Amino acid sequence: MSRLPRTTANDRKFYTQMTGYLGLILQGALVTIELTLMGSVLALIMAFLAGMGRVSRFFILRAIATVYIEFFRGTSIFVQLFWVYFVLPFAGLSLTPLQAGVLALGLNVGAYAAEVVRGAILSVGREQYEACTALNLGRWQGMRHVILPQALLVMLPTFGNNAIELLKATSVVSLISLADLTFQAQVVRSQTGSTLMPFVSVLVIYFALALIISWGVRTLERRMARGLDGVRV
Amino acid sequence: MDWDWNFVWEIMPTLIQGVKITILATILGSVLAAIVGLGIALARRSENRIVARGVGWFAEFIRGTPLLVQLYFIFYVLPDIGILLPPLVAGVIGLGLHYGTYTAEVYRAGIDNVPRGQWEAAKACNLSGRHTWTHIILPQAIPPMIPALANYFIAMFKETPLLSAITVLELMNQAKSVANTYYRYIEPMTLVGAFFLVISLCSVVLLRWLEHRYGRIER
Repeated sequence: MSRLPRTTANDRKFYTQMTGYLGLILQGALVTIELTLMGSVLALIMAFLAGMGRVSRFFILRAIATVYIEFFRGTSIFVQLFWVYFVLPFAGLSLTPLQAGVLALGLNVGAYAAEVVRGAILSVGREQYEACTALNLGRWQGMRHVILPQALLVMLPTFGNNAIELLKATSVVSLISLADLTFQAQVVRSQTGSTLMPFVSVLVIYFALALIISWGVRTLERRMARGLDGVRV
Repeated sequence: MDWDWNFVWEIMPTLIQGVKITILATILGSVLAAIVGLGIALARRSENRIVARGVGWFAEFIRGTPLLVQLYFIFYVLPDIGILLPPLVAGVIGLGLHYGTYTAEVYRAGIDNVPRGQWEAAKACNLSGRHTWTHIILPQAIPPMIPALANYFIAMFKETPLLSAITVLELMNQAKSVANTYYRYIEPMTLVGAFFLVISLCSVVLLRWLEHRYGRIER
């Protein structure tokens, strides 16, 4: 289309086409953002369940959490996604691509984040646990009011990294035909034959989203650290 | 949902073909990532501000964007400017470049961990810049990083299924083609998952041994 003679009409046609394709890519960006948000929520829930399961008193909870974490960290996100999307229907559980994507991403990143939760809980000093006992707080009360508020601050930077990993992993769902950024880039490539425009713009959008996540996490960290002056160095 | 062992044995040779390519891609990608990482780490310490800053931003950009899109970029955009790469080569370059930006951080931490006194001693012995690096700094910096590097290589291994998107016939692609031919997804997909699980559980053992042998990197 760029080989047409350069006239105002052709220029206008070129621009409308390009803005049309840009619109397609922006639609993809919305799907990616949606997927990242929903996946992060599921990952956060799984991370706390499994992370606290790993430091539980009960053997059975520890065992379940360990199996979950090792399984999802051991097989790749790609395989998990395909398994959820192609194999689960045979077990009678058919998921839409979006549901499959959120499920696989959330469970996968949740397993990585669970180790972060566990590490942060263990990083809180012994004296804090002893203080909980001295104040006659129950296990759950101590966890809720003393340990977690301090551990959360330790988790936050790594959670930010995990969220960026999740954002990057969302590109894989394009392979199960969910129309996210990567998928739309492929659509534009196959329709226009132009490769540079779709892929560069998609890379830039992913990078901008990653920057937003890391900026957001840093802001959150600063706000949460405010009340804890002197507690941590 | 029924599991058919006969079908499993039937497709096994095809899958093993894929395993070979998967392992080959991982090894080549690891070598490239180790080299690229060192290059990035050294360039970021360069005295030339523009080089240091530029490479830093480039690495940040690569780390902030998905490997899949980078693979597409290498596979689809580069031919337009006259660089036509076979799928496997494109895949290895993508893996090496992407993970090189991660290993660069490992190198950076390892190099920063070499005590100042070593630099000063090298200067006192009148060693040139190159000799300081090759004889004093890197030999001390690299052994403690080995576990962390291995960790990234294992992570890379788990990302190799992405190469199937650019038509490399590795394990995942073989499994997909088998699944599409016979329209049976359960066995191939589960076998791929099992294969990755087995390898990564084995690699945990290897990693423990490396940590024991080469010490910890964190401090």
